[in-house]
Amino acid sequence: MSEPRLSRRGLLAGGAATAVGALAACAPAGSPTTPSSRSSASAPAAPDVTASPAAFSAGKAVEPFHGKHQSGIETMPQAYAAFLGLDLRAGVDKEAIGRLMRLLTDDARRLTQGRPALADVEPELAVDPARLTVTFGFGPGLFKAAGVEHLKPKTVAPLPAFSIDRLEKRWNDGDLLVQICADDGVTLSHALRMIVKDARAFAKVRWTQRGFRRSPQVQAPGTTQRNLMGQLDGTVNPAPGTADFDRAVWISDGPEWLHGGTTLVLRRIHMDLETWDAADRVAREFSVGRRLDNGAPLTGSAEHDEPDFARLGPAGFPIISEYAHIRRARVQDPGMRIYRRPYNYDEAATSDGKSASGLLFASYQADIARQFVPIQQMLDEADLLNAWTVPIGSAVFAIPPGCAPNGWVGDGLLA
Amino acid sequence: MFLRRIAPAAILITVISACGSQPAAQPENQAAVQPAAESTPQAAPGSAITVTDPWVKSTKSGMTAAFGTLVNNGDTDVTVMSAASPLSPDVELHEVVESGGKTIMQPKKGGFVIPAHGTHQLEPGGDHIMMMGVTKAVKPGDQIAFTLAFKDGATLEFTAIGKEFAGGKENYQPGTGHGGSHTDGSGDSHGSDHGSDHADVGDAAGAMGDMSKEHS
Repeated sequence: MSEPRLSRRGLLAGGAATAVGALAACAPAGSPTTPSSRSSASAPAAPDVTASPAAFSAGKAVEPFHGKHQSGIETMPQAYAAFLGLDLRAGVDKEAIGRLMRLLTDDARRLTQGRPALADVEPELAVDPARLTVTFGFGPGLFKAAGVEHLKPKTVAPLPAFSIDRLEKRWNDGDLLVQICADDGVTLSHALRMIVKDARAFAKVRWTQRGFRRSPQVQAPGTTQRNLMGQLDGTVNPAPGTADFDRAVWISDGPEWLHGGTTLVLRRIHMDLETWDAADRVAREFSVGRRLDNGAPLTGSAEHDEPDFARLGPAGFPIISEYAHIRRARVQDPGMRIYRRPYNYDEAATSDGKSASGLLFASYQADIARQFVPIQQMLDEADLLNAWTVPIGSAVFAIPPGCAPNGWVGDGLLA
Repeated sequence: MFLRRIAPAAILITVISACGSQPAAQPENQAAVQPAAESTPQAAPGSAITVTDPWVKSTKSGMTAAFGTLVNNGDTDVTVMSAASPLSPDVELHEVVESGGKTIMQPKKGGFVIPAHGTHQLEPGGDHIMMMGVTKAVKPGDQIAFTLAFKDGATLEFTAIGKEFAGGKENYQPGTGHGGSHTDGSGDSHGSDHGSDHADVGDAAGAMGDMSKEHS
């Protein structure tokens, strides 16, 4: 985000009322669709110029849009997410995808910074961005439609079949991903609505997957979150801002247009909370290899203690089972790990009260084949947790790098 | 790491074009505001006008309209007398007024006046640039060229971006033989599903009636 420049003259004269209002009250003014006076020497709907710094609330917090990487990945996870999977309509080619991405980038650029989208008919819903991020991803079908399959990373393709999968077509695949995250549900809905309206001339909605987690206002940022099975989930995760994170997540080889980008594997994982209810605490902890209360490995006392996979119990068996989740999912080299940024989902219960809950398992990694697939194969072969978790959706996307202030997401591939 | 940005810095970008004493020094901010819509104030040495956020309602054929914010950075009022675009042989400056209980649009006599150091909004339900008989479809994301001509003889070129938009369906009763109403083509050459809006042009216009007020 560039520093705004504002001349003294600009502040003191002319359209200055708008500038002063925005400066003092942190409220966007002068949207293209502001339904107030259309011809005026002063700002329409002058904001409260007496607002104090106390007006800086979570609603006003902004994440950058431009940069080397797209926001929404290394960004501290927001409370709400919507993952939108779009399928391009027949005949939408490279030129049309370029128009689409210019439009959607423009929407994202404005909305994430707390400004209404172009031709936004609910501009008032845009003024509290609440750390809104909009992140775009390209599925295999987009590369095909644009005639640029030779620039697609080979592993941006449906994952190999796993025996534990019970995939439902309605949650699979997609040509274009839009990941929208914010700390406020209203902001998120408005952004999603704008994006869908601008996309639907080019694409059909394949799926919308909504998720949530504890917000940074409720639980200290960086705290490992609990999933709906009650487990601390994500203890071993590359830490944003570290060299390990950079190596694990950001692409630095292969097709040049994708350098600074990453890949996303989005798995919709159903949790069978009915049978999980039947498991006692010992069984629950044994299946994962961690304590439920503080997430410590069964061989340790604090969450981030290194698990001792060799230690044996009194009966001569490993304390952390050969089939415990943390043993099976273990990757020693931090740069080879995946970065998990999951959201819970909780759909309407069935008429007889059975839950429809689970996890939107969003995994970012520089190389799907090298990082994601080996872990998934280990879990597929044996993981006690598989008794309660069932992958029901799977989609894979290349996440382009961030764009410049005068560019658009994907311009390196499609321009 | 995780930087929390506070909004005002970003928001100032939206008004940066109102601080036009050095427009050439702000290409980055201009671009941030209107990536596909560059105004070129240099082309109008006689005026201090910029156009912010210009867009055109997408359409397959027939009529459509362009919107945006005209910004006057100068010390005197400026009047837009006419507009032109390669998209249409017949471009008019329109206003929306109430007439006999209905909302209609008609050519605006005397053009659009942009007050000194002020703005003039072109928006659905209000003043707009009207294009009759577009020569080709306006697809979402298309970039459409326009030229405004001012009373002092200066001109301003700008590029507006095509946007799918449901509103802006006022009746056109100019008494000049054009007839009809705004079309509602989605501008999508790939088979959009939104054809059902065509029937209710008059109703939509009626619903917008209270939005059209006379300008001071």
